[in-house]
Amino acid sequence: MQPVPTDPLAQFQDGFVRLLLDPDAPPDPDLAALAAQPAFAVYRNTVMKGCIDALQANFPAVARLTGEEWFRAAAAIYVRETPPAQPTLLHYGNNFADFLARFPPAAELPYLPGVARLDGYWTEAHTAADAAPLDPAVVAALSPEKLASILLHPHPAARWGWFAEGPIYTIWSRNRAGDSPDGAFDWCAEGALLSRPREAVRWRALGRAGCAFLDACAAGATAAQATAAALRSEHDADLAGIMQALLEAGALAGITSI
Amino acid sequence: MITPLTAGLGLKPQHYDAALACPAAGVWFEVHPENYMVAGGPRLAWIEAIRAAHPVSLHGVALSLAADAAPDAGHLSRLADLVGRLEPTLVSEHLAWSSWRGAYFPDLLPFRRTSATLARIAANIALTQDAVRRRIAIENPAHYLHIDGHTWSETDFLAELSRRTGCGLLLDINNVYVSANNLGYSAEDYLDGFPTDFIMEIHLAGHSTDANLGASLLVDSHDAPVAPAVWKLFERLIRRSGPRPALIERDDKLPAFTTLFAERQRAEAVLRAPIAQAA
Repeated sequence: MQPVPTDPLAQFQDGFVRLLLDPDAPPDPDLAALAAQPAFAVYRNTVMKGCIDALQANFPAVARLTGEEWFRAAAAIYVRETPPAQPTLLHYGNNFADFLARFPPAAELPYLPGVARLDGYWTEAHTAADAAPLDPAVVAALSPEKLASILLHPHPAARWGWFAEGPIYTIWSRNRAGDSPDGAFDWCAEGALLSRPREAVRWRALGRAGCAFLDACAAGATAAQATAAALRSEHDADLAGIMQALLEAGALAGITSI
Repeated sequence: MITPLTAGLGLKPQHYDAALACPAAGVWFEVHPENYMVAGGPRLAWIEAIRAAHPVSLHGVALSLAADAAPDAGHLSRLADLVGRLEPTLVSEHLAWSSWRGAYFPDLLPFRRTSATLARIAANIALTQDAVRRRIAIENPAHYLHIDGHTWSETDFLAELSRRTGCGLLLDINNVYVSANNLGYSAEDYLDGFPTDFIMEIHLAGHSTDANLGASLLVDSHDAPVAPAVWKLFERLIRRSGPRPALIERDDKLPAFTTLFAERQRAEAVLRAPIAQAA
């Protein structure tokens, strides 16, 4: 029988993790014999491949825009900076957009962080809690006074955002759907709304006032306060059109009278 | 619930529809619970539909039972929720670690088999079995490194875990083959010493050769059909143990459902052979 090692399991794990993350790190004396084996690369490769595959699955529009080779090289750098913190990779990369925003090789693709945010919204919408979307008839039955005082609750799967930096929604949706991203488009700010009233995630463009309206609803404002917020962001906003769009998208889940 | 002594199939999202409609008697499907730890949405709806049609096994990869720490409480509670929701026929995990000091490494990492690690892992298994309110099966992982300082053989270590915690074992025969090749021992001897009484499930999978080191280093890649040598080991084991639930695992380079199902049918035929002989 071999002698019982004196190091506890924790010490072994500490040393092993150092070797996993940094191939050039000097190994603990206790682990030098492990680090010297070429097979150690299997663990490094498996961990790295698992993380990069997860990022590629979670950010398909980014990967389509950059090409797979560029994406996987950038993802490898992200993985070393930010290894997964959760024992599931479904949401791995929740600050990948921030990483891309300060990643020098991505500087000439200023739309990339926004596209990454929309890929992240898609995953959030896909995995959010189920809820019945708000029935438009419920809203239609309210008197204008009553409507002004209610709280409108965004659906748990609804995600939205306004992108002042450019036509992020157009770029994202053309690369997400997998169809040909041809055709000219204007370079202007855009907003997006993702929703999942039932099974599939859906998306549509949403104006600045619509985003401000949902922001206010999510923050607990009354419908009147949310309307005021929408008008502040866009003084000639079509409020009836916004409400119709939100109901059609299933972006609202319920109302509370106060 | 009584575990069917039949062959099952690892299930990937690309095959949901085919799996749902699969009419084969006794077929069951296995998934990684980590992929279904979501608040709602289509993923849960898919697996619930499968579960309504077939028995389901939950094969965890991220509890990190061989770490010097208790399993992540949130993760364990999400696993327990999923077990309650799906009522799986089997729940299994690995004799390995993957989380440490707040970071998760998507792999099955090794450790030294000592009496101290045995006590820690037994405690982690007991905690898990309490949380999911059932016996779980622990799988032998694939090995790549020569690690000095083991004071237990893997088969004795697994048997002792079973005796202490009441857990069952998941014997991955491809892992036995890959490890025996990589570390230079006999896969037959390993299987002959395996405590078959504790086996709740058997895994069969494909492997690949390392890009740099060739056949001297096999990788448990789950991206190929089950190798002929692994089929032979499986037949040898079943002759000794009698039929046990056996699963075809495939995670990468996914072929058509019918191709995987043909492998499942081959495993099913092996499971039935001893019964036919006895009759």
